[in-house]
Amino acid sequence: MQPFSALSLLKAGLSGQRGWTPQWRRAEPKAAYDAIIVGGGGHGLGTAYYLAKEHQLTNIAVLEKGWIGGGNTGRNTTIIRSNYLFGESAALYDHAVKLWETLSQVLNYNVMFSQRGVLMLAHNVHDAQVAKRHVHANRANGVDNEWLTPQQAQAFCPLLNIGDIRYPVLGAALQRRGGTARHDAVAWGYARAADALGVDIIENCEVTGIRRYGSGAVQSVETTRGLIRAPKIGVAAAGHTSVIMKMAGVGLPLESYPLQALVSEPIKRIFPCVVMSNTIHAYISQSDKGELVIGAGTDAYTSYTQRGALHISGHALEAVCELFPMFRRLRMLRNWGGIVDVTPDRSPIIAKTPVPGLYVNCGWGTGGFKATPGSAHVFAWTIAHDEPHPINAPFTLERFRDGNLIDEAAAAAVAH
Amino acid sequence: MLLIPCPYCGERPELEFVYGGQAHVARPPPDAEVSLQDWADYLYRRDNTRGVHAERWRHTHGCGRFFNALRDTTTDHFVATYKIGAQPPAGLIARRAGR
Repeated sequence: MQPFSALSLLKAGLSGQRGWTPQWRRAEPKAAYDAIIVGGGGHGLGTAYYLAKEHQLTNIAVLEKGWIGGGNTGRNTTIIRSNYLFGESAALYDHAVKLWETLSQVLNYNVMFSQRGVLMLAHNVHDAQVAKRHVHANRANGVDNEWLTPQQAQAFCPLLNIGDIRYPVLGAALQRRGGTARHDAVAWGYARAADALGVDIIENCEVTGIRRYGSGAVQSVETTRGLIRAPKIGVAAAGHTSVIMKMAGVGLPLESYPLQALVSEPIKRIFPCVVMSNTIHAYISQSDKGELVIGAGTDAYTSYTQRGALHISGHALEAVCELFPMFRRLRMLRNWGGIVDVTPDRSPIIAKTPVPGLYVNCGWGTGGFKATPGSAHVFAWTIAHDEPHPINAPFTLERFRDGNLIDEAAAAAVAH
Repeated sequence: MLLIPCPYCGERPELEFVYGGQAHVARPPPDAEVSLQDWADYLYRRDNTRGVHAERWRHTHGCGRFFNALRDTTTDHFVATYKIGAQPPAGLIARRAGR
C-alpha cells in the first residue's frame, strides 16, 4: 500500500500525478476463507478491516454484488451524530463518533470528517420538550448536546429563517461533535486498509444461496462467481438483508423502503453546519464541493426500486425553502433513493442468529452511515468472539420476542 | 407518483391511498397457548419480499375501501388486485417466501 503523506502528494503533484497504483487488489475468490462478509459498503468493509486489524483474522473476503460503496454508503446524506435518547443507542452511536474522530489518521485516508455541528430544530412546544429531554438524556450519558434559543440557533446558522415561517423556530438542540464525512472515502479508506492486511475484496460477486450443514451451521455461500466455503458468514447487506437471510432460512423483523436524497447545483461556501427539522421534515448540509445535500423521507410502501416518489422529495424541498428562503431559486442536480431496512423499533440488529456461524448487522433504517465505524467495530468483535461486544449486546434479534425493544421510533431525532 | 388500480374506482394517484402493509398476516388465536416467538412473528416479522408482494391498500381519499394487491417491489408495477378476504390469484406470486 502506498502511504499518503504531504510529501507523497507533493511528489506526485510535481510528477504529473503519474505513478499512483490501485488502492486495492482486484481479488479473485478463493475456494475457502475463515470468514466471509456479505456486502461491500462501509459497514461490511469496516467489519473486514477490524477483523483483520484487531482480531488477526486476515484470511477473509468481502463479497459485493456491485461495486464497493455503490449501495447506501454512496446514497446517504453523510450526517454524523450520536444524540440518541436511550443509553444503549447513545453508547453505540457515540462509540462511532469517537472512532470517526481518528479515522482519517488510523486508515491513512482522508475521510473528510468535519465536526461542524448538527442543529436540530424545534417548531412547537412538543418539539421543544422532546429536544430538551434529549439534551438532558444525552448529557447524562456523556454525549454532548445543548439547547439553543432561536436567536442562538440563528447565530450558529445565519441563513436560518426563525420567524417569518409557518412553524417558527422555537429553539434547537446542537451537538457540536456532530457533522459530516465524505461517504465514498469511508468505503475506499476501509477497502484500502483491509486489502493491505490481506483481505480479499471481491466485487461483482452476488450471493445467490447459503448452504448449511446437517447440524444447521453455515457451510458455504453460492455466488455468481462460484461456491465459497467459510465457517463464519457476516451479513451487512442493508436494504437487501431480508433477501440474503432468507437464503439461510432466517426471517427478520425488517421492511425495506426507498429513502431519498438530493443535491443542488454547487454554490459558494455558505452553509456552516448541518440542520435537521423533524417537524417540517428536511435535513440539509453543504458538501465540500459546494452542493447542498438534502435528505427527504421514505416512501409510504416497501420497495426495492432505489427511486422514491416525487412528492416525497418535493415535500423536503418545500421545507428547505421555508427554512432558507434564499435557496428557493437553486436548481437540483440529482436525486436518488437508497433502500433502507427498517426495524419496528428503529434500532439496528447487530447479532448472532439462530444459525450457527451466521451473523447479521442490519436494521439501520434511515440512519446507518453515521454509525459505520462503530457498527463495523462491534460486528467484527461479535464475529471473532462468537458473542456480542458489550456495546451491541442489547441489539439482538431476540429483543423483539422478549420485549426488550430499544424504541427510538419516536425518540430518534429524525422523522420516520 | 404511482397510479394505483383501485378495484372499485379504477386508476387513481398514489396520494389517495394508504398502504396497509403485508397481506395475509394471520393473528394467532388469542389464548394463552401462543408462544412468544409466534406472537413476535405476528407483530414484527415480515417477508419483505423482493419480487411480487401481497399487500393491503386502502383507497382512503376515494371509496374508502380496503383491497389486496400484488405489486412487484423491484419495479412497483401492480400485477393484480383482489378482494380483502380472498386468496391471491394463483400463479402470480413467483417468489412468495415461506412463512
